Amino acid sequence: MTLNLFLGQALNGLQFGILLFLMAAGLTLVFGIMSFVNLAHGSLYMFGAYFAATVASYSGSFVLAIFSSMVLIFLLGAAIDRAGLSILHRRSHLDQVLATFGLVLFSNELVRVVWGNAPIYMDAPDYLSDAVNIFGLNYPAYRFAIIVAGLLVALGLYLLIERTRIGMLIRAGASNRTMVSALGVNIAWLNRFVFALGAGLAGLAGALVGPILSVEPGMGEPVLILTLVVIVIGGIGSIRGAFFGAIVVGLVDTMGRVFVPIWLRATFDPAMAAAIGPALASMLVYLMMAVILAFKPEGLFPLRARG
Amino acid sequence: MADPITAPIPVRADRRVWVAGFLMVLFALVPLYAWRADDVYVLTYFGRMLIFALAAVGLNLILGFGAMASLGHAMYFGFGAYTVGILSTWGLTNGWLHLSLALAVTAFIAIPVGWIALRTRGMAFIMITLAFAQLFFYVFVSLRAFGGDEGLSLTELSGFGALTGNKYAIYLSLLITLVLVLWFTHRLVKSRFGLVLRASRHNESRLNALGTASQPYRLVAYVLSAQICALAGFFMANLTGFVSPSLMSWLISAEFMVMVLLGGMGTVFGPVIGAAGLLLIEDGLKTVTEHWPLVLGALIVLAVIWLRQGLWGLMAPSGDTKASPVDQGEH
Repeated sequence: MTLNLFLGQALNGLQFGILLFLMAAGLTLVFGIMSFVNLAHGSLYMFGAYFAATVASYSGSFVLAIFSSMVLIFLLGAAIDRAGLSILHRRSHLDQVLATFGLVLFSNELVRVVWGNAPIYMDAPDYLSDAVNIFGLNYPAYRFAIIVAGLLVALGLYLLIERTRIGMLIRAGASNRTMVSALGVNIAWLNRFVFALGAGLAGLAGALVGPILSVEPGMGEPVLILTLVVIVIGGIGSIRGAFFGAIVVGLVDTMGRVFVPIWLRATFDPAMAAAIGPALASMLVYLMMAVILAFKPEGLFPLRARG
Repeated sequence: MADPITAPIPVRADRRVWVAGFLMVLFALVPLYAWRADDVYVLTYFGRMLIFALAAVGLNLILGFGAMASLGHAMYFGFGAYTVGILSTWGLTNGWLHLSLALAVTAFIAIPVGWIALRTRGMAFIMITLAFAQLFFYVFVSLRAFGGDEGLSLTELSGFGALTGNKYAIYLSLLITLVLVLWFTHRLVKSRFGLVLRASRHNESRLNALGTASQPYRLVAYVLSAQICALAGFFMANLTGFVSPSLMSWLISAEFMVMVLLGGMGTVFGPVIGAAGLLLIEDGLKTVTEHWPLVLGALIVLAVIWLRQGLWGLMAPSGDTKASPVDQGEH
């Protein structure tokens, strides 16, 4: 029983970590290559969820919903970059934070205007509504599918960055963008592609959570902040750091919420455990971040170490 | 672009001094109006403006003068407010106790948080301060004994004898505090301490090479700025009689930042203009449309792109290079 609980929560943590990775991969690329702080990344995630829920309710096709939402957010990312984000590229990080904060306010309200204030729901397709059996544990098939899909995307991203020409340019741009530009690469297009790719991944993450979370205005912010924690822990600009950081944060956050209260109840008296359990559980990820940064301010996988 | 930082900050009687004086006189006349019109609500309304101004002045101390972009100062705002809330729940209502404990607790937390956060620069600093603020936000959300995410209505305010809970007294002490903090900031920035702080913004490695370790100065500035925000939170709890975790939300931190930028970074009085300006714009939009964040968000984007010197900078006499925005270069 306890083993099943442990395994189930570990899978939940992994699934959450995978979603965080989809968010963090795009954001860390944008940070690393364009040196751009984008708080509106969470809004792209929110739009991804809304588009997917809308397409699913009109067409009835889940696969179509996921893909169209990802492509739409990819195009939206390219359009935002084209429309005005490029003005902000040369500005200080502070200006970028504030301008994208303005975009967050704008997006949350836009969603309220278009879809209303009430949360909307999206169903998992029938073939994923059952449970799969993993080592004797019945685990929801949909969550398992998220894990598999996320790992496939991570593999695809790894191949794209490490094995293709465009990936080589992205890596080169991360180390020295002026030099890449001087070698005749159109850095503006490279930036736009990276930004749109990151947006598309955020859209995919948003679309995937549609069936397990309620789709509502402001849903992007909690995820955004955890994504920032992932990136800081992993090392800004590092995809590998984003992957390990996301898995660790997903596991610690999910399992902490379940096991910290259990452990506290076993150790202290129940009233005390009930009072501090939830607080301690939600602090855990941030405490871990503080400890890591106290020893390694650059994060666990700083970009320079990639060589 | 980089102005010689050794030059004293000019105190010329340009029109901005008149604007600042005029604005403060207006704030001072509010209680008079409230008394004549028997309308205590205006004290709450303008008091809120002064509170946000106070917090923005505090944030500006590190953001404007030290280029430390903290996206987590709402957490100190919340500490100030919750000190009042928690102590009065426990039946401890001495106002001076509330005040001194708010400042002490803030320093106790700001020192380790600042120490960790200041090991990083630029982008990472922004994200770490945000993450710490989020940590404490969740702590207060899960403290059921003190209202959890619904907040806590104060049964008793900070006790100051006969003046307890008197809106006039709160407003006037708030105004006096703001003036004192502005004067303190002005003196601090001109002092040797301020010189090191401003120098660390321009060229930190040079400063360190000259034999001044900038880190302790930056940490002290960080803690002072946190305490000013806590002071603002202390007044917020007493003015509204209510505290909730939403005071510590990252949206409030971002709002403080917008106020500093809108007013004019690295100017002593700019944040006051920024705070008053942003709150007036917000309230103006609220009367026009239910979907005011749509307009406000767009306005913030436009202000960041075009209003680089802030409102305070716009009012500078033409040709005054000292009024240009501080360079916010990341080193």
